[in-house]
Amino acid sequence: MRPRVVVGKVVGAISTLAFVVVVNFFLFRIVNDDPVESMFRGRNLTAEQKERLRQQFDLDGSRFEQFVAYVRELLSGNLGVSLQSRRPVATEIAEALWPTIALVGTATTLSMAIGIWIGIRAGWRRRSRFDVGSTTFSMFTYSVPDFWLAMLALGLFSVQLGVFPTGGIEDAGSTATGLALLLDQLHHMALPCLVLAVAYIGEYAIVMRSSMLDTVREDYLQLARAKGLRDVEVRRRHAVRNAVLPVVNLSALNFGFVLSGAIAVESIFSWPGLGQATLEAIRGPDFPMLQGLFLLFSAAVILANLVADLLAGVLDPRVGGR
Amino acid sequence: MSGVVRAEVSRRALARARRRVAWGDALGRLRRDRLALAGLAVLVLVALMALFAPWLVDDAGLDAVDSLDNPTWARPGGDFLLGTDHLGRSVAAQFVYGARVSLFVGLAATVLTVAIGTIVGIFAGFSGRWVDATLMRLTDWFLVIPFLPLAIVLASVLGRGIWNIVFVISVTSWPATARLVRAQVLTVKERLYVDRARALGASRAHVVRRHVLPNVTPLILASATLAVPISILTETTLAFLGLGDPTQPSWGKTLEEAFQAGAIGRNAWWYYLPAGLGIVTVVLAFTVFGRALEEILDPRLRER
Repeated sequence: MRPRVVVGKVVGAISTLAFVVVVNFFLFRIVNDDPVESMFRGRNLTAEQKERLRQQFDLDGSRFEQFVAYVRELLSGNLGVSLQSRRPVATEIAEALWPTIALVGTATTLSMAIGIWIGIRAGWRRRSRFDVGSTTFSMFTYSVPDFWLAMLALGLFSVQLGVFPTGGIEDAGSTATGLALLLDQLHHMALPCLVLAVAYIGEYAIVMRSSMLDTVREDYLQLARAKGLRDVEVRRRHAVRNAVLPVVNLSALNFGFVLSGAIAVESIFSWPGLGQATLEAIRGPDFPMLQGLFLLFSAAVILANLVADLLAGVLDPRVGGR
Repeated sequence: MSGVVRAEVSRRALARARRRVAWGDALGRLRRDRLALAGLAVLVLVALMALFAPWLVDDAGLDAVDSLDNPTWARPGGDFLLGTDHLGRSVAAQFVYGARVSLFVGLAATVLTVAIGTIVGIFAGFSGRWVDATLMRLTDWFLVIPFLPLAIVLASVLGRGIWNIVFVISVTSWPATARLVRAQVLTVKERLYVDRARALGASRAHVVRRHVLPNVTPLILASATLAVPISILTETTLAFLGLGDPTQPSWGKTLEEAFQAGAIGRNAWWYYLPAGLGIVTVVLAFTVFGRALEEILDPRLRER
C-alpha cells in the first residue's frame, strides 16, 4: 500500500474520532444544559454553592470554553466523574474492561472459526444437505435477538438443568484463588460465551459461503483440477485462500465491536463488564458514564475499521493501488 | 420492446407500458419463489393481527390496574390463553398489541431512513465537489460510529417515546441508503438520455423526477425491505435496555419486564417465549422476502 493511502486512512480515522468527540460533547449538552442543576435535582443549593460546583466541573464560561476544557481533560485521560458511584469514569470503565474482553473476545474468536468452517463447506458443495441446513441455521441465528437467546439458555441450562451458574463472574463469597478461581470463572463464562458465539456464527457463515460461491467459478480452480489435484487440495490451497479475504476484513471489523457488542447479553448474565455498566448508566441516567462509554465504544470501532482497511491493502495487492 | 413505434402512441403511454412489463416480470419471478411467498404470507398475517388487535383480545388485559383480580404468574390455558405475568396481565393481549408497536416502529423508521438517505444521496450526487465531499464525509462518520451505542446515547438524551425511537433508528441508519442512492445518481447522471433531456432544457428537478428516481426506486425498495428487520431488532434491543416507550406494550418491553420480574428464575417460560418467537418470525419473514426482492430487482444478484 502506498504511504499516501495509509496516511489518508489514518487521517480519516482521526477525523471520525474528532467528530465523535464533538457529538459526544454537544449531544449531552442539548438536553442537559446545566449538568449541575440535574445532578443535584431537588436539593436546595445556594447560588454560591452552584457557582462553586460549576467551577469544579469546568462548567463556567461559554459553551466553546467548556468544549475546550472537555477536550483538554479528555487528552489527559480524565473522563469525568460518575454520577452514581462518584468515582472517576475512567476507573469504572477500566474495571469493567477485562471481563468484557475475555467474554466477547472469546465468543468472537470461537464464532469466527466455526462460522468460517461452516461457510467453506456450505459454499463448496452448493445446495447440498449441509448447505441447506447450515444456511437455514445461519438465517435463524441472524434473526434472533441475542438477549432473548440468552434468556432461553439461562432458563434451560441454569434454572431447569442447573448445569451452569445463573450469573456473575464467580461464586458469591468465593475465596478461591489460583487455578480454582480460574476454573470457577470459566464455568461462569461458558454459557454467555456460548450464547454469543451462536448469535455471531451466522454472519461469518453467510459471508464466507457467498465468497466461496464467487470463487468456485474462477478459472484457476479449473486449472488446479486439471493439474490433477485432489478436491480437498483444490479447496484448501486455491479456493479458501482467496475466498477468505472478505471474511478477514469482516473479522477485523467485528473485533471493534467486542467492547460494545454484548450490552444486553452481559446484563442478563450479570457479567460485570462494559455492557452491564452501560445498562446501569442508562438506568441512572448517569450521563458522564454514558459519555465515556460511547467514546470508548466508538474509538474501538474506528480503530478496527482502520486496521481492517490497512490489512486489506496488505493481504490483497489489488486494494493498495487505490 | 421492439418494433416500430407508431406516432399515435404517446410517449407517456409507451413508458407506462414498458414499466408495466418490467413490474409484471418482477411479479412473475416473485410468484415462483415459494420461500419469499411464505415470508410475505407470514407478514400479512402478523399485519392483520396487529391491525385487528382490539377485536382479537381484550385490551383490559394490558393494564395492571384492570388486572388486579387476575391470578399472577398463571400458566397458559384456562381463562388466559398464554397465561398471565407478574401483575396479572394477559400475556396474549401483550403479544397481540406488542406486534403493533414492533411493526409500526419497524416501518416508520425505515420510511424515515429511506427519506433522509435518498435526499442526502440525491443532493450529494448532483451538487458540486465540495458539497458532495462534505456530505460523504458526514456519511462515512455515521457509518463508522457504532450503531447501537449511538442509538442508546441518543435515546437516553431524548427521553422515552415511540417517536423518539423512530427518530433514533433513522438518524443512525440513513448512511447506507445515502451511499446507494448517490452511487446510482452518479451513473445515471452521465447517461446519454439525461444529456439529451438537459440539452432540451430540462431542469434538475425534472431530471431527478423522471430519470433518477425511477432508476433508484427498485434498489431503494429492496434495501428498505431489508432495513425493516434491522429496525425491528433495534427497537427490541432499545426497549429491552429500558429505553422504549413506557406507555406502549412492545415485544421488547415484554421481554424486559419478564426479565426484570424474574420470569427466568420462576421458570415462567410463557411470559418470555411468545414475544421472542414473534420477533424471530417477523424478522425472518422480512429478511427472506427482502432478499428475494433484492434478487429480483437487482439482476446482478440473479445468478446466485
